[in-house]
Amino acid sequence: MVFLTRIEHFNAAHKLYNAAWSKEKNEEVFGKCANENWHGHNYELHVTVKGEVAADTGFVINAQILSKLVKQFIIEELDHKNLNLDVEFMKEKLCSAENLAIAIWHQLTPHLPEGVNLHSVKLYETPKIFVEYFGS
Amino acid sequence: MNKKVSVFRKEHFCAAHRLNNPSWSKEKNYAVFGKCNNPNFHGHNYEMEVKVTGEPAADTGFVIDLKYLSDLINETVIEKLDHKNLNLDVPEFLDLNPTAENIAMVIYNILRSKIDEKMDLQIRLYETPRNFVEYPAS
Repeated sequence: MVFLTRIEHFNAAHKLYNAAWSKEKNEEVFGKCANENWHGHNYELHVTVKGEVAADTGFVINAQILSKLVKQFIIEELDHKNLNLDVEFMKEKLCSAENLAIAIWHQLTPHLPEGVNLHSVKLYETPKIFVEYFGS
Repeated sequence: MNKKVSVFRKEHFCAAHRLNNPSWSKEKNYAVFGKCNNPNFHGHNYEMEVKVTGEPAADTGFVIDLKYLSDLINETVIEKLDHKNLNLDVPEFLDLNPTAENIAMVIYNILRSKIDEKMDLQIRLYETPRNFVEYPAS
C-alpha cells in the first residue's frame, strides 16, 4: 500500500456567516472573516490517495489522471469563485476550511478508479492555517 | 564608499477582488479579464515585501527600525486591506481596477508619505506564490 499526493490550488472569495445569527453575533464569533463584502484566499489542496502498486505500471494511480480528476471535479468548481454564492456543493453550508475539505472529499470519492481510495484531503486556507479530513 | 543597505519587512493580507472595467461591455470584460471578472468576486492571500534603502544611522546602526516599519505597514496598509473586498471596501479602488500593479502603487503611495525622503522605497506584492509585481520598477 502506497500513498500518493497531488497538490492543486485555487483562489476564491468567501465569508464566514451563520444566517441564523444576528450580525453582531456573527461579528463576535467570526470577527473580520464575517465581512459582508467577502474576503478571499489562495487555497492549496493536497489530495492523498492510497492503493496497491500495479505490477504493470508501477503506479498507485497515474498522477496525471488524478490531477485531471481533481481539476475537473474540484478546481473547476472552486477557482475564481465566491464559495458562498457560486458553488453548488457548498450551498447552505458554512464556508469554513473544515466544511470545504469534507465537501471536497464527497465530491471526489465517486470519481476515483477502482482500487484507488481517498486517504485524506488537506486544505490550506493560508500558509499558516490548514485542515485535514480522513473521511470520518 | 557606497554605504546604502536595503532592509525588508514582509506582511500579508487576505482580500477579495474582481477585475472589471465599467466602461467596457460584459463580454469585453470577460474576454480581457477571464475568470478574474467573476461578478461575485474571488480572492487571494496577498504577500507584500516592503524594501527600504538608505544608509544605516551612526547612532543606531539601523536604516529604519523594523518594528517601526512593521507597525507603520500594519496601521496604514494591512488595517485598510485585510479581510476586505478591495473593490467595495477600499476607497482608493472605487475608480481604479484592483490589479496587483495598482494595489502595489496604492501601497507605495500610502507608505511613501510616511517614510523619510532620504530613503528609497519599493513594494513587491505577491498575488499568488507565482504572480508578483514590483513598484517602482528598477
